[in-house]
Amino acid sequence: MLESYAPILILLGVSVLNAVGMVAASHLLHPPRHTPVKDIPYESGMVPIGSTRERFSVKFYMVALLFIVFDIEVVFLLPWAVAMRELGWAPFAAVMVFLIVLTVGLIYEWKKGAMEWE
Amino acid sequence: MHEVGALSSTAFLVSSALKVVVAFTLVLVTVAYLTLLERKVCAWMQDRLGPNRVGPKGLFQPLADGLKNILKEETLPAEVSKLFFFLAPMLSIIPALVTFAVIPVAAPLPTPWGLVDMIVADAPIGILLILALSSLGVYGIVMAGWASNNKYAFLGGMRASAQMVSYEVSLGLSLIPVFMLVGNVTLTQVVWTQQEALGLWFALPLGLSFLFFVISAFAETNRLPFDLPESEAELAAGFHTEYSAMKFSMFFITEYAHVLTTSALMATLFLGGWDIPFTNWDDMRVVAPGVVEGAAPSVLKTLATFAAFAVKTFFFVFLYIWVRWTVPRFRYDQVMHLGWKVMLPIALGYVTLMAVSILVLDAIGLEFGFVYGLILTAVNAVATVIFLWVIDRDRVISGAAARRAPRRAPTRPALVLEGEPAFGVPATEPAFVPARSE
Repeated sequence: MLESYAPILILLGVSVLNAVGMVAASHLLHPPRHTPVKDIPYESGMVPIGSTRERFSVKFYMVALLFIVFDIEVVFLLPWAVAMRELGWAPFAAVMVFLIVLTVGLIYEWKKGAMEWE
Repeated sequence: MHEVGALSSTAFLVSSALKVVVAFTLVLVTVAYLTLLERKVCAWMQDRLGPNRVGPKGLFQPLADGLKNILKEETLPAEVSKLFFFLAPMLSIIPALVTFAVIPVAAPLPTPWGLVDMIVADAPIGILLILALSSLGVYGIVMAGWASNNKYAFLGGMRASAQMVSYEVSLGLSLIPVFMLVGNVTLTQVVWTQQEALGLWFALPLGLSFLFFVISAFAETNRLPFDLPESEAELAAGFHTEYSAMKFSMFFITEYAHVLTTSALMATLFLGGWDIPFTNWDDMRVVAPGVVEGAAPSVLKTLATFAAFAVKTFFFVFLYIWVRWTVPRFRYDQVMHLGWKVMLPIALGYVTLMAVSILVLDAIGLEFGFVYGLILTAVNAVATVIFLWVIDRDRVISGAAARRAPRRAPTRPALVLEGEPAFGVPATEPAFVPARSE
């Protein structure tokens, strides 16, 4: 069965070669010629004020945290879903308990305002 | 059962290498022509001509674009993080080109050397590979946004990552009912269940899943109405503002490769893949190397099923383009609202509903087949109506701000002719009256 992964590896190799080749060809054919103005980041013609590497909205972190919880949930649901029709009701009940626990968490996050973007 | 004969291991390697080369070339050429198709369809919708100068009817436009992009000067502003700046386009294009590997494109082809599957790699993990690889695309975008040292690019990268991870949850959840019905994760098995075991395309018995998958796929590919990461009016070009020449082209190819792959995936998961509807002439599956169950394989069947697959895929590609030139962009809070407060809870409820329906149908001993599918279709029709009622735009998608604020009185009095009853003029004085200069 392991041999069925061989084509994926070949395709991955071809893709990597292709990606590196594209970047390298472009770089070699017409490398950047620096001028003072070209070196400034393009911010719609305005001279940039301050650095980009500053603090930014914490909401993006909140989304990332939420995502991990619910993506792991999907990962746990996958094997059960594949075998569900053979397993029957008892594992279904177990999965429901798992889902309810996570749903309580979702409601808590919702009430706490973790999903608000105003 | 039809015995065709398995490939020898040398023949397997040769056929694999051939399939990789053909599939890779086909994807890249199709992607190049998708850019032309997009511009042509856009021109058609806006009553213009579109590109028509390079070659007959503009057919060589993608070649000219490619040549231009590879010869252009690449920009490299002073304070970019060079390593990540160069790595980002590579990291986005590699997964986009590999995901096509596990999608079956036609019925298996009999050759003098044995039976050849029309799929680059029939790996047992099937669609899980696509889920895993497509989430890797986020890294390229975040890296591009971060490395550019440009505020637009940075905001675009942040928005893209938050949006893509949000909709990945609904994407995964919308696939759970498919796995319940199929009992496997390989896409060849998904096609077989739709054409023979159930006899119904999943767009019917799993209608709401289909809707969820389409919405999430649009959000995952960052296409309108979800193209917040590169909304031109706010962020210049979003995460690829600082990229030019071939590196920009790579982000462009990535976007269209994702459009092509998700279209193929939608066709395979919900519209029967390469199945030709209303006939059993092409219903077959490989049960062991070289052994086929169902109809006998032939070259004609492979070609016909490939045509069916292409038609279905291009239906979705056209849907992408159609939506892009029709629907306006969401606001960012609306995107997050839809993802977390609408799609996620409803998808969870829907997974439970489908699990209960399938288990009940099994418990009463109904045979897995056409009637089974019709009952599930009825359940889904009800669920879809409820979903559409919940998603009704005046209550949910308009967002919190619209509901809280009282309805504003018209600031300008309506034009009233002498002697006519006044319509539209508020009975009481509006709350906000501009100060008059005395």
